[in-house]
Amino acid sequence: MQVNEHKPLIVAFCCNWCSYAGADLAGNNRLNYPADVKIIRVPCSCRVNPMFVLRAFQRGADGVIICGCHPGDCHYTSGNYYTRRRMAALFSMLDFLGIERERTRLEWVSAAEGAKFAATMNDFVEKVTALGENKRLEDLRCKR
Amino acid sequence: MQKITQNQLIEKAASLLSDGTVNAVLGWSRGEFGYDVTPKMFKTEEDLKENFVWNDFCGVNFSKYLVSKTDRFDGKILVFLKPCDTYSFNQLLTEHRFEREKVYAVGIPCEGMVDVIKLKAVTGEGISEIKEDGENLLVTTIYEDAPVKVAFKDVLLERCINCKSKKHVAYDELMGDEGEVIESKRFDEVAKIEAMTPDERFAFWQNELSRCIRCNACRDACPACTCEKCVFDNPQSGVENKAPANSFEEKMFHIIRAYHVAGRCTDCGECSRVCPQNIPLHLLNRKFIKDINEFYGEYQAGAEVGSRAPLVDYTTEDLEPGEVFDRRDIDA
Ligand code: SF4
Ligand code: SF4
Ligand code: FES
Repeated sequence: MQVNEHKPLIVAFCCNWCSYAGADLAGNNRLNYPADVKIIRVPCSCRVNPMFVLRAFQRGADGVIICGCHPGDCHYTSGNYYTRRRMAALFSMLDFLGIERERTRLEWVSAAEGAKFAATMNDFVEKVTALGENKRLEDLRCKR
Repeated sequence: MQKITQNQLIEKAASLLSDGTVNAVLGWSRGEFGYDVTPKMFKTEEDLKENFVWNDFCGVNFSKYLVSKTDRFDGKILVFLKPCDTYSFNQLLTEHRFEREKVYAVGIPCEGMVDVIKLKAVTGEGISEIKEDGENLLVTTIYEDAPVKVAFKDVLLERCINCKSKKHVAYDELMGDEGEVIESKRFDEVAKIEAMTPDERFAFWQNELSRCIRCNACRDACPACTCEKCVFDNPQSGVENKAPANSFEEKMFHIIRAYHVAGRCTDCGECSRVCPQNIPLHLLNRKFIKDINEFYGEYQAGAEVGSRAPLVDYTTEDLEPGEVFDRRDIDA
């Protein structure tokens, strides 16, 4: 029997000051999360230009997640508040265009929350895997 | 069917030119076919008398032109602004895109403008002459002997059918009576799409956006799009100027275009007006406006100078993106 399970590609933008360290902690504690998650470190969640999200989809991502410091805890005081508005607007627009809403997510994960990081990624990967390949925002020129 | 006449505007412009209040007039000039009215800088009374027009085809919003015109022209410019244009005018001032002192703004009332695509759908191509006749337009084409009668209200631009304001929010001088902000139905269409299933929404947009020929007219006409270097001109962007070879480009282009003006878009309707492919760009803009109103409180870009655009602002209590969807599911 041929099992042709699609392995999703997940891009996770992680803030250097919290979630990136959270990912480290998850690793140190040997918590499992799928290797399909490709982490891109950003100095702050608000460094994530909405175009990065679209670009990730263009280059073949099946899901994009942005992780930042909890509201109130941003290293630069207010970066994540801007992220929150921007991503709410962007995700809502993607939904409006008929792109599955489970493909995008914003989560707050601190440096002490290794377990939350792993759990979040597991849950996200599971949801995206269930959706299958990203067909609605794919760029044929970038097909691997 | 404009209430204010072309001659009144020419007289006003000529007198402001001759008394030295202004040195040039930014106005609409006669095109070849009556419907292809073109922006022009008038510097003499003769030119005004010969070429200046004011009719049902003067949809062009001059606010954006002020950015380049005030930059390149030494002296004061007279500009005529319809109510919707004044919102763009304020928004550009908020963004410091031109110097207010270099402009003399005259607010003029507007009864709505004609959509040439809708008009041609009735009359066919080959329009040679357009005359006003009460509430109708008499359109002569090169193919028919008798002119075709078209009701003015049947060929209005979408933005005029759903006009949001007859009130001028900026001017130095006002001609005619001041209007009111209107309770418009402009979000109805957006709500209809929101109520579709994701598959239907995707099919709807695929159908609309696949017609895009990437002429960039929507960007070029938009008074909120005034960056000197635009991402769409960058060959590295993956969405540079070219015919869409694949559907991602269209979607990316349209999401980025609408997102770039989110919170700053005054809903002036220029993008949809200029699109040669009749793509309902206003629906994308209004989706952002509707969301912003629902999530962060009512906001009208350009209503006043100096207001802070919602996407460069925040409160500590804002909705999470996930909550946005939860809320919608509960509403549904
Ligand atoms: S996006 Fe369209 S409606 Fe909004 S300001 Fe630009 S041209 Fe006007
Ligand atoms: S004006 Fe219309 S056809 Fe041209 S780029 Fe914009 S949406 Fe596409
Ligand atoms: S520093 Fe982590 S979100 Fe701003």
